[in-house]
Amino acid sequence: MKKLLNIKLIGEDGKRHDGRTPEEMRPVKMEVGVLYNADGSALVEVGRTRILAAVYGPREPVQKYMVLPDRAILRVRYHMAPFSTSDRKSPAPSRREIELSKVIRESLEPIVMSELYPRTLIDVFIEVLQADGGTRTAGVTAASLALADAGIAMKDLVAGVAVGKVEGTIVLDLDEVEDMYGEADMPVAMAPNLGLITLFQLNGVFTPEEMETAIKMAEKGILHLNEMQREVLRAKYSNVVG
Amino acid sequence: MSEEEKLIVVPGEEIPAKEVEVKGGQGVYKKDDKYFAATPGLVVLSEEKAVFMPLESIYIPKPGDVVIGMVISTGTTYWILDIKAPYTAFLSYQELLSKRFNPGTALLSLYLKEGDYVIGKISSFDRSRNPTITLRGSDKFGKIIDGTVVEVKPISVPRIIGRKGSMLNLLVQASNCDMVVGMNGRVYVKCENRDMENVVALALKKIEAETHTSGLTDRIRSFLEDHIRGVKK
Repeated sequence: MKKLLNIKLIGEDGKRHDGRTPEEMRPVKMEVGVLYNADGSALVEVGRTRILAAVYGPREPVQKYMVLPDRAILRVRYHMAPFSTSDRKSPAPSRREIELSKVIRESLEPIVMSELYPRTLIDVFIEVLQADGGTRTAGVTAASLALADAGIAMKDLVAGVAVGKVEGTIVLDLDEVEDMYGEADMPVAMAPNLGLITLFQLNGVFTPEEMETAIKMAEKGILHLNEMQREVLRAKYSNVVG
Repeated sequence: MSEEEKLIVVPGEEIPAKEVEVKGGQGVYKKDDKYFAATPGLVVLSEEKAVFMPLESIYIPKPGDVVIGMVISTGTTYWILDIKAPYTAFLSYQELLSKRFNPGTALLSLYLKEGDYVIGKISSFDRSRNPTITLRGSDKFGKIIDGTVVEVKPISVPRIIGRKGSMLNLLVQASNCDMVVGMNGRVYVKCENRDMENVVALALKKIEAETHTSGLTDRIRSFLEDHIRGVKK
């Protein structure tokens, strides 16, 4: 599968197939409060990847057996729309989507102050509208914005980005092509103000030195995303001051 | 006033002050003697003191809160009310009916049915049990049989009441309506006619949209003057 593609992913000038330098992220766009019916919502675009997140709750769950006596439960559903990929994706949840729902939930759980809302349920829906690599990390970024928009108490915002290895070079924010034909893909999500890594997966092989560079690169990208998240939330209340 | 500095904080950001007064009691957490925002909020910094006002919040019931609930189901001896909170509220039949009522022979849905609004007070609530509602303590409590119920965000409720009730007084005096503000973000309005209720509802929606802006009382005053003239004609 590896050598099906004839284009080189890293050119002679060191630029990637879409013209980015190895440390460069794709252009990012964020928006909050995009849905009227949801308690909180956000739309995040990273290059051609486009993710919509909606948050409902805290609310009383319909199935009462699932409640926890001391905190809220977080229910995350990561789902790819049938039209999000070039070949139609079956709308039924796949093994991959169930796994990603779990890792995204675990990346949000340390920051949501669920102990403030015992016996309730917080629903987070992450809908991939268009997939071009990095959907889980963009999903985390969108979900954390939507939670903040809903007014759910959180210790920090989380954002995520993938780092990978393409033709021996460590690159930031892989897209679909680089993910498919590259040697390694490592999605990372962090809560920068708490200094926590809340999502960490690796597909492929890194040497210890490469891993060190990769994590540093991810951190830089996440700090940039965190800055954007704070800005977009603040912009929502721009009429408040002044 | 000139010494004050306003800034907007979002979750995870530090509030640069030694002491923080939190309006509404939610939205700030403390770590290593430093304060951090947990929800988006407005911080007003003055010398030695900071006041945090949440810009988003979730209504958590408190004993003593006057709330407006909507009946969502009827049991044999109780009603379950939706109070726009993460928890549904419990209303016992004894609050509304005399103790001689026999639940074995009569139906509670004859008195309150699904969709009915009830004004009441939270009598108890803690982390382990859902809130209970009492209808004793005021002649305003009980089933709502006429008028309008306006829904607003719970975060706007302090603004609807205003400092020492100033905004609410303005609304009541200008429109000559009967109003009850539920802390959960439902406002009961009863006026002489429907048009006036609609004017008040619009004013409430305007307060909701402009909750955290300054000079709102004056804008609401002129809004009411403009619109009430039209109603009385």
